[in-house]
Amino acid sequence: MDELFYREYILEHYRKPHNYGRFEHPDLAYEDDNPLCGDRIRVELKVDDGRIADVRFEGKGCAISQASASMLTDVVKGMTLEETLRLGKDDVLENLGAESISAARIKCATLGLKVLKEAAVGGMPQAWPDEEGQAS
Amino acid sequence: MTAGITPVSDTAAERIRADFPILATRTKSGKPLVYLDSAATSQKPRSVIETISGYYEGYNANIHRGVYDIAERATDAFEGARARVASFFNAAESAEIIFTRNATEALNLVAYSWGLANLRAGDAILLTRLEHHSNIVPWQLLAAKMGAELRFLELDGQGRVVLDDLDAKLRGVRLVASAHVSNTLGTIVPIEQIIAAAHRAGAVVVIDGAQAAPHLAVDVRALDVDFYAASGHKMLGPTGIGTLYAKRALLEAIPPFLAGGDMIRRVSYEQTTFNELPWKFEAGTSDIAGAIGLGAAVDYLQDLGMAWVRAHEVALTAYALERLNAAPHVRLYGPERAEERGGVISFTMGDIHPHDIASILDGEGVCIRAGHHCTMPLHERLGLAATARASFYVYNTYADVDALIEALEKAARIFKL
Ligand SMILES: Cc1ncc(COP(=O)(O)O)c(C=O)c1O
Repeated sequence: MDELFYREYILEHYRKPHNYGRFEHPDLAYEDDNPLCGDRIRVELKVDDGRIADVRFEGKGCAISQASASMLTDVVKGMTLEETLRLGKDDVLENLGAESISAARIKCATLGLKVLKEAAVGGMPQAWPDEEGQAS
Repeated sequence: MTAGITPVSDTAAERIRADFPILATRTKSGKPLVYLDSAATSQKPRSVIETISGYYEGYNANIHRGVYDIAERATDAFEGARARVASFFNAAESAEIIFTRNATEALNLVAYSWGLANLRAGDAILLTRLEHHSNIVPWQLLAAKMGAELRFLELDGQGRVVLDDLDAKLRGVRLVASAHVSNTLGTIVPIEQIIAAAHRAGAVVVIDGAQAAPHLAVDVRALDVDFYAASGHKMLGPTGIGTLYAKRALLEAIPPFLAGGDMIRRVSYEQTTFNELPWKFEAGTSDIAGAIGLGAAVDYLQDLGMAWVRAHEVALTAYALERLNAAPHVRLYGPERAEERGGVISFTMGDIHPHDIASILDGEGVCIRAGHHCTMPLHERLGLAATARASFYVYNTYADVDALIEALEKAARIFKL
């Protein structure tokens, strides 16, 4: 992997993650881990009329997974739950400012998105399948 | 070079490195390959690669049945490899070496064939806290099935197995299963003492030698061990082949593991008589090329001499421990002295996650492992989700250790530690 990948702003998000913590009463929440490397992320949402009014996340793991989740929380504020389900790998890479990422690390980069989508699906009348027909 | 560390002769190292074609390649980043993940799998010398292609190109045939020339040659090569493996472990006879797929399958063979026939409800199985998943999960399944209990020998602050309460813990134990060398902490487990105490208590002992057989002289008769498992791919051999040593009397007393062709003597529609040892435990067509390749690997190790292999590793490990101890922000796990450990060093560095360390090192051509190394319960006890791990073998040099340190310094710079 290109060392440029560990850019300054990625390390900033890793050390000082945005929207970190928990709500007292979240409307939606989901938590999952990547058992291969032990990365773990929890996402909580406040929802207002189908839109994400506010978001918190908590987690531990590598810089890529944690920074990626932190950036994602900035991006999804104000989105509808449906809109979050259309986010994909490319959006994650764009947030990170990376053109590509090794197969071994893509799971780290997309863990936050996966958890966010699971949380969002929990607040929807019906799951919104993506191309693979899955909710994540 | 630091005082007190035996230098590895550079000419010896260069000669060995020339035998491993992969070490001349470059990584995607254009850097020379610095391979520090031999605990996961070792690289293969040309002699092993050529032995395998020699079989496929020159005398590929199934074994133990053909009457034609190449079938006889294949059978001779396969059984010759078994004899060399037997001599490598100093087994009393070739029939005490069973070819399996890997150490994991060897341990499962013991769990199923010995365990189902011998364990009873209320019996106990004694393990240590540093085991690989391969030497935990089969016993969990067996214990659940038979109503047996699992017990563990604890570790001290340096990750060494505590033997103070060994005799007390052995009460009611029918089977002891322990690693010889830990793949995470590097700890060399004092199996001589464990085996002797277990036998006094009437227990049978299976040793997971996956990380020991490649690096230490293992003498199964001197150890008086009952079962000893190893993986070919970690000892210069190909993937797909492993070995189980077992005492003849035990192998004769227990039922087969898998059933099918090759393991039978006579089959009627109603019943079967099993083949002699070792074939009773080798159902179906074996990994013939793999076994022959493992024979060549064992030859290579014996040409080097296991005493040299160990001395080389102690020297490299001592040097690496010294340099890592001096590196800022690096925290090491496992025994402090190189003499008490194999060539495996797990570490963490500041708040850099091991996966990030491994990714940055990858950019420098340095291959290390990051994660829990199939020892999740041990990592949980250490209070860690993951560690980074560097491991050495016969082809590694002081220069490889220096490359590791330099790459770690770069990681520290990137993360502004
Ligand atoms: C201590 C130990 N035991 C068992 C194994 C399992 O080896 P294999 O996957 O070849 O069966 C390993 C390999 O990582 C190991 O390090």
